[in-house]
Amino acid sequence: MRDALHEVIEEFADSPKELRLPLLLEFANSLPPLPDAIAASRDGLEPVEECQAAIFLAVDAAPGKPVRLYFDAPLEAPTSRGFAAVLHKGLDGATPEEILTTPNDFYMSMGLDELVTPLRMRGLAGMLARVKRRVAQAMSA
Amino acid sequence: MPVEFDSDPKVQSYAHPQRLVTTAWLDAHLGEPGLVVAESDEDVLLYDTGHIPGAVKIDWHADLNDPLTRDYVDADGFAALMAAKGITPDTTIVFYGDQSNWWAAYALWVVSLFGHADVRLLDGGRKKWIDEGRAVSTDVPAPTPTQYPRTERDDSVIRAYREQVLAHIGNGKLVDVRSPQEYSGELLHMADYPQEGALRGGHIPTAASVPWRRAANDEDGSFRTVEELRAIYEDEQGLSPQDDVVAYCRIGERSSHTWFVLTHLLGFERVRNYDGSWVEWGNAVRVPIER
Repeated sequence: MRDALHEVIEEFADSPKELRLPLLLEFANSLPPLPDAIAASRDGLEPVEECQAAIFLAVDAAPGKPVRLYFDAPLEAPTSRGFAAVLHKGLDGATPEEILTTPNDFYMSMGLDELVTPLRMRGLAGMLARVKRRVAQAMSA
Repeated sequence: MPVEFDSDPKVQSYAHPQRLVTTAWLDAHLGEPGLVVAESDEDVLLYDTGHIPGAVKIDWHADLNDPLTRDYVDADGFAALMAAKGITPDTTIVFYGDQSNWWAAYALWVVSLFGHADVRLLDGGRKKWIDEGRAVSTDVPAPTPTQYPRTERDDSVIRAYREQVLAHIGNGKLVDVRSPQEYSGELLHMADYPQEGALRGGHIPTAASVPWRRAANDEDGSFRTVEELRAIYEDEQGLSPQDDVVAYCRIGERSSHTWFVLTHLLGFERVRNYDGSWVEWGNAVRVPIER
C-alpha cells in the first residue's frame, strides 16, 4: 500500500475512539475545492452512487504519470467529504500501479466501523472502486 | 409540567398537535427548563459542524442500537443514554435532523418504544432551521447527568417483527415507503459495485408503494398539510385511521417517518414500523416476494 495512504490509516487507527470522528471532520474540512477548470465545465465528473449524498469525482490519469484525483462533495455531507479527503490525501499523486494495487478493503483497519454504519463505509469502497476503474481505463486506452 | 405546546395553526391542524413544533416555536423556547433538543442525523459528522444551540446529539447507530445483536438498546442502555443526555421522564424532547427528519423520526420512534411521554419533532428539521438563518453552534453541551428509571421496551404496539409481517399479508395493510425502483426490485446493475445489502429485490406481497418523501415538502422538508396528507394516504391509497398498518423501508428509518405521519399527523390508531425491513425480508429464506 502507498505510504501516504498507510499513514492516514494509522492516524485513524492510533487515535482513541472518541477522537476518530473529530479527525474525520478535520479531513472533511481539508478537502481541496475542485480546480476552477473542472468546477466550471464539470467535464469528467462522475457521481458516486454508493454515497448517500451528491458526491462527484474526477480522475486525471495517463501511463507513466502521477494520477490526480478531484472530489466534489457538499459541505452538508461532512462524512462523505471526510472519506473523499482520506482518498485524496492517501492517493492523490500516486502512480497508476499504486492505485490499482490498493486493497479494496483498506479502510477496514481505520477503526471507524463502530462509529459509521456499514452502508456509509461502502461509500468509501465505492469511491475507490470508481477511481480504480478510471485508472484502469486510462492505462488500457 | 411539559413545556407549552405549539399553537401554530398548521401544527394544530394535525391529529396529535402535541407531537410537532415549528422552528419559530423552538427558537422562542430554547433554553427553557424541561426542554432537551436532540439532533439525530444520517451523516454522523453533521452535528459537529454546527447544531441548534444547546442541542445534544443522539446517534441512531452508536447510541440507539445494540452493538452486538441487531436490535435496539435494552432498558439499562436506554436509561443510561437518557441520563447522559440530561433527560428525565418529565423532559420534553424535541428531535430534529437531516434528510427531512428521517433519523429524527427514527430516534423519536425508538424513544417511543420505551414509553417516554413527551417527544416532539421539529417540522422541517435541520435544513429548515439553517435555511431560515437561525442560530447554530459548535459548542457541545455537557448536561448534568440525571437519574432515568429503568423502563422496559414495549415492542408490541408500534413495532412489527418478521413473523408478524408474514401473518399480516392478506390480513392488514402494508406500506412500502422506499423509492419506486426499490419497490419494483430494479437493482443498480453495475459490475463490482456494492449492492444495497439484500439478496433479492422486490416488495412484500400486497404492499402499496407510497414513498416516504411524498409526505414532505420538497423545498424545506416540512410536512405537507393535513389535507394533502389525507389526499395521499386516505383518498388515493384507501387507508383509513382504523386500519391495521405496517410500514417498512430498508432498515426502518424512512418508515419511521411514515409511521410518524400516519400516527401523529393523521391519527391512525394501529400503525407499526417493521424495522427489519428489506434488509431482513430480502435476505430471509422462503418469505414471499412480489415484483
